[in-house]
Amino acid sequence: MIEVENIHKSFGDAHVLKGITTTFDTGKTNLIIGQSGSGKTVFLKCLLGLFEPTEGKICYDGQNFSELSSQEQRALKEDMGMVFQGSALFDGLTVAGNVMFPLEMFTKLAKSEMEDRVNIVLNRVNLVDAHHKFPSEISGGMQKRVAIARAIVMNPQYLFCDEPNSGLDPRTAIVIDNLIKEITEEYNITTVINTHDMNSVMEIGEKILFLKDGLKEWEGTKHEIFKTDNEAVTNFVYSSELFKKVRQMYIEERN
Amino acid sequence: MKYLADIGGYAIMVIDLFRKPTKWRIMKNLILKEIDELIFGSLGIIVFISFFIGAVVSIQTAMNLTSDLIPKNLIGFATRQSIILEFAPTFCSVIMAGKVGSFITSSIGTMRVTEQIDALEVMGVNALNYLVFPKIVAMMLYPFIISIAMYVGIFGGWFAGVFGGFITSADFVEGVTMDFIPFHVTYSFIKTFVFAFLLATIPSYHGFYMKGGALEVGKASTTSFVWTSVVIIITNYILTQLLLT
Repeated sequence: MIEVENIHKSFGDAHVLKGITTTFDTGKTNLIIGQSGSGKTVFLKCLLGLFEPTEGKICYDGQNFSELSSQEQRALKEDMGMVFQGSALFDGLTVAGNVMFPLEMFTKLAKSEMEDRVNIVLNRVNLVDAHHKFPSEISGGMQKRVAIARAIVMNPQYLFCDEPNSGLDPRTAIVIDNLIKEITEEYNITTVINTHDMNSVMEIGEKILFLKDGLKEWEGTKHEIFKTDNEAVTNFVYSSELFKKVRQMYIEERN
Repeated sequence: MKYLADIGGYAIMVIDLFRKPTKWRIMKNLILKEIDELIFGSLGIIVFISFFIGAVVSIQTAMNLTSDLIPKNLIGFATRQSIILEFAPTFCSVIMAGKVGSFITSSIGTMRVTEQIDALEVMGVNALNYLVFPKIVAMMLYPFIISIAMYVGIFGGWFAGVFGGFITSADFVEGVTMDFIPFHVTYSFIKTFVFAFLLATIPSYHGFYMKGGALEVGKASTTSFVWTSVVIIITNYILTQLLLT
């Protein structure tokens, strides 16, 4: 579980996060949504420890990140997996090399044990024949799956995804969404996803946090988002005619 | 003010890159890869440039020897001194600032733009140590290239002098061996080691801390080349003042 308490983040005069308090539950897919410039990426980078909050605290299963020693922070970071928007795979390494990278860096496993672990996670993300290919030789969807495999190879407690569906076709996007949800439940990890994709919100949003101008505007489940009267949320989520109709149908069905 | 901030940032980077070292098992492979790319990958251009620079120095010296009172072996002497003291260590380093420096800045800058450096940091890897330290170690073999540049440069001078009909081979060799001061080679290698460190770290700084997209990677490469060249020239002056006077 990740508990966030009154997080503020400023860059010079720009006050990006203005006091966000929330909780991300273990074994659930937690989604952060909001318009561009609402502070989603900065918030995610604070959760990852890439940005130090100006004020407030972030606790990972009771451990306040800012109060940990640098060694303890490093150990905690080894428990975090991250899927970047552009996958961020290392160009010079093969698919297997990318997935094996954290194992080589942080474990003392024998080469054969590492290879076994790499095979397990690559099978888990349905990438069986891509071991020796380089990132430039595989599709965007495959790159995302390699990024997920790399993020889970160390059995992390926390998985963060920054717009994992961006640039993917709708079918591949659903595959990636379902994969993240399945992994979250299977490994019982705390997953936080930063997304613009409303399909993801409807499909896997067990908890949704809506940010507006650096503040928490709304939070709830994918079922609650259908019923909410919050104007900012409805304007954002139901901006397309299709989603307006889906919402209408859902409300009529419930009534 | 920005220059002061950059100097401070560069100093902090140099300190940080020695913190939390990467496992030797991984570092060893990174160093070998960098030696291949930075050192062996530069041999061709350095040999090519040195040969022709040596040739030009030899011809120009010969063309300026108008008095019969000045012995012809001065052509060999001047070529040797110019190549060992200045052209091999300094001129080649400015060329390397363009070749190796741009490569380092653009490769690290691209990693920054594509979030690969963020990925390293999220994993808890000291990205500076992982990316920059192997380059510094690889560049410590830079004097090896410069020693080849010295040899090829003097050979180029001999080739142009003898085959251009300016000097006999015996006179040139006599000039090359005349009044040889071994400390000049030591001075040259001291400069080379310092330049090697600058060639590895200044472009790395510009790549690692760049912001923006693909266009900014190009701009960072250009800035890196300019600053590496400027710092090499200034350092050359300071070291010459300290070591030769």
